[in-house]
Amino acid sequence: MALLEVKNLGISFGGLRAVDNVNFDIEKGQLYGLIGPNGAGKTTVFNLLTGVYRPTDGTIKLGGIDIVGKSPSEICQAGIARTFQNIRLFKKMSVLDNVKTALHNQIRYSLVTGFFHLPAYFKAEREMDEKAMEILRVFDLDGQADYLASNLPYGKQRKLEIARGLATNPKLLLLDEPAAGMNPNETAELMETIRLVRDRYQITILLIEHDMKLVSGICEKILVLNFGTELAAGAPEEVLNNPEVITAYLGE
Amino acid sequence: MESIIEQFINGLRSGSIYALIALGYTMVYGIAKMINFAHGDIIMVGAYTLYVTTVRLKMPVIPAVLFTVAVCAVLGIIIEKVAYKPLRNAPALAVLITAIGMSFLLESVALLIFNANPITFKSIITIDSVSIGGVTVSGITIVTLVVTLICMVSLTLFITKTKAGSAMRAVSEDRAAAELMGINVNRTISMTFAVGSALAAVAGIMFVCQYQSIKPMLGAIPGLKAFVAAVLGGIGSVPGAMLGGMLLGVIESISKAYISTELSDAIVFGVLVLVLLIKPSGLLGRNRIEKV
Amino acid sequence: MSKAMKENGEYKNNFVNKKNIITAAVIIGVYILIVVLTEGGVLNRQAKSLLVPIGINIILAVSLNLVTGFLGELSLGHAGFMAIGAYTGAIFTIYANMPEFAEFLLGILLGGIAAAVFGFLIGVPVLRLKGDYLAIVTLGFGEIIRSIVNFMGITGGAMGLKQIPRYSNYTWTYIIMVITLLFITNLVNSRYGRIIRSIRDNYIAAESIGIKVSRYKTMAFVIAAFFAGVAGVLYGHNLSIVKPGDFDYNKSIEILVIVVLGGMGSVKGSVIAAVILTILPEMLRATDDFRMFLYAVVLIAMMLFNSSGFRTRLEESGKLPKLSLPVKLKAK
Repeated sequence: MALLEVKNLGISFGGLRAVDNVNFDIEKGQLYGLIGPNGAGKTTVFNLLTGVYRPTDGTIKLGGIDIVGKSPSEICQAGIARTFQNIRLFKKMSVLDNVKTALHNQIRYSLVTGFFHLPAYFKAEREMDEKAMEILRVFDLDGQADYLASNLPYGKQRKLEIARGLATNPKLLLLDEPAAGMNPNETAELMETIRLVRDRYQITILLIEHDMKLVSGICEKILVLNFGTELAAGAPEEVLNNPEVITAYLGE
Repeated sequence: MESIIEQFINGLRSGSIYALIALGYTMVYGIAKMINFAHGDIIMVGAYTLYVTTVRLKMPVIPAVLFTVAVCAVLGIIIEKVAYKPLRNAPALAVLITAIGMSFLLESVALLIFNANPITFKSIITIDSVSIGGVTVSGITIVTLVVTLICMVSLTLFITKTKAGSAMRAVSEDRAAAELMGINVNRTISMTFAVGSALAAVAGIMFVCQYQSIKPMLGAIPGLKAFVAAVLGGIGSVPGAMLGGMLLGVIESISKAYISTELSDAIVFGVLVLVLLIKPSGLLGRNRIEKV
Repeated sequence: MSKAMKENGEYKNNFVNKKNIITAAVIIGVYILIVVLTEGGVLNRQAKSLLVPIGINIILAVSLNLVTGFLGELSLGHAGFMAIGAYTGAIFTIYANMPEFAEFLLGILLGGIAAAVFGFLIGVPVLRLKGDYLAIVTLGFGEIIRSIVNFMGITGGAMGLKQIPRYSNYTWTYIIMVITLLFITNLVNSRYGRIIRSIRDNYIAAESIGIKVSRYKTMAFVIAAFFAGVAGVLYGHNLSIVKPGDFDYNKSIEILVIVVLGGMGSVKGSVIAAVILTILPEMLRATDDFRMFLYAVVLIAMMLFNSSGFRTRLEESGKLPKLSLPVKLKAK
């Protein structure tokens, strides 16, 4: 059974059919790419998967369980974490706190413990610090743990968002243009990190990218969207040589 | 039956005053995205100006009214330039607190000049009341309704038909884009404050002619109610402010007459809360959705 | 290794640590200092009469800061919760027949709980609204509470509720203020505080990491209402009379002004601003009608100074200590 099964997914905004009849399965541990020209509906698919929008048609199953109609927070608890195209960090919080906040479902203590700072508080906080620092180290952010998130350079902000998503202990991590605004070196490094994260935490990753070359280097399978519908799906080399895909990208 | 019609008409009268004030709130909110808490106090300034011009300076009614409206319009512009313009990029809360400070300032200046004792003011409107089939409508009510109607029609024409009006709509839609299109944003904002304050002056004149007493805190309660009216109708929406004001006046008048004077405020606010819970952007307001 | 981790690792490990011992010493020290000053006659009667109001305003400001500064939602109905606390506590102590200590303590708890219950009932529906809309609805609820109190018989209506025992004194106020400060600071520095701040910074991102935003918004709102209620009980038992007019929206605004001037999300700032803004009007009392004028001018000037970018420039050039930022920036 695939980890994520999407069948006949569609949504309409008024008269506009933003996503129509999209089908794909993602196997556990896969690195899956979602590509397509601007306005193809990639981010909308993410918003459907994470409960920001409710689909008008279709089903989304995570590990065999239907998640349609659940709220974004419930979907996160079910095991899907994400990043955003326009970075959404907790800007006035420290880098460390950004990640620690995401640990809230795994390491808990009661409100009374929080009010009185009972011994359980110190134990849990230390556990959170350790776990958060471990994740920050993966993204080479441990040196800036005390910085305000808004003071990080752009590339590091993107990394922090991935780190925060990872901290929720997801089965599936959705990355929305993780390399946007990065130079080729940074991009290559980030792709390496993403692969490493997948192997080390044994998670499944679905990523949106603009740049087809980049996706083909890292993804095992690709889905191409155009005008809200599937244009092609399959292994990277197959998809990239598909004449329809080339037309969609380059125009007639 | 006659009495309920009378209460309804009374409601329309106070509703007209709320609507005139609410227009200022809503226009300023639309264009500057701020709650101008000092707006209610413009009514008070208008009332005192009218008193000084007609009673102290013995000016004839028409020039006195025009002078009052002009004073308030200029005051509106000055307030914006001095207190709000430097904060255009500041957090909304900072602007709100400054506006509250401005409200205190206007009240305290009035307190220093005229002291806290209410001044009795004889209405400048001397039209007799009219009875139609057992329903009596006072002269002031007729004048208030007519004046409000004129103001609303001219405002609507101004906003939809004139160049300055379309500049105002453009700035409230998207300030940056309007600026790029060559609209003078500063002048447009000034004009919005001037128009809003002028309408508040008219409201102030109607208000004192009705209640015939002037004190420094006079603007606070009608200001607050008018603000509620603006939110009720959908803040940022001009027809919304008109509708909200009228609705609020009628609800208030009916509940005062048939339920309880003490609870009328609770009922008014209760209606507001109810409307916002059902339609968070107010009756005629547009829903803005944050893009993810 | 990060600074926060060092603190946890080295001494924040235990309840009894260096930081807590210093805090305890400061708390006791300030208390004794003020007792010495009043007993020694350094503080005159007028100054002494301000001690309880200062404490009350600190409780009000710090609790409102939880909603406005840390959660990032504008509430203009804080005085409404204060009213519920004041009336509940006062009615209890007037009718109960118990030893003073137990009666007042119970009254304070009941006042806080009643306000918290209303905070929950109001918070659940209205916290769906945001920004200015939430502000006006909370203001509306504050006014509804006030006019219902005005209407009811047991509250004494517009004439006010009289003959409340004068239980509030410096010691009671100080202890409750310290408890409030400790609870709120501890809360803000816990997983709950992080969740609340994350909602302020970006609620969509907060949802995306599994936070049930409305639950925690309500939690912050209810906690703030509880402490506002407690402050209300202290208020009623200080003046011995409460009137609905004491809790109108001007009171809510007064508290908000303290929070904003002290700095959003700064507990320390709230405390300092509460002290200054309670003393300032009293010092200006001699100037009579000028008082409100000066207050208004100071308020506008402070806001222009704080928010037009002038203060930030001064802070960045190091000429002014930073108050308003929850986390100190490291030099890059």
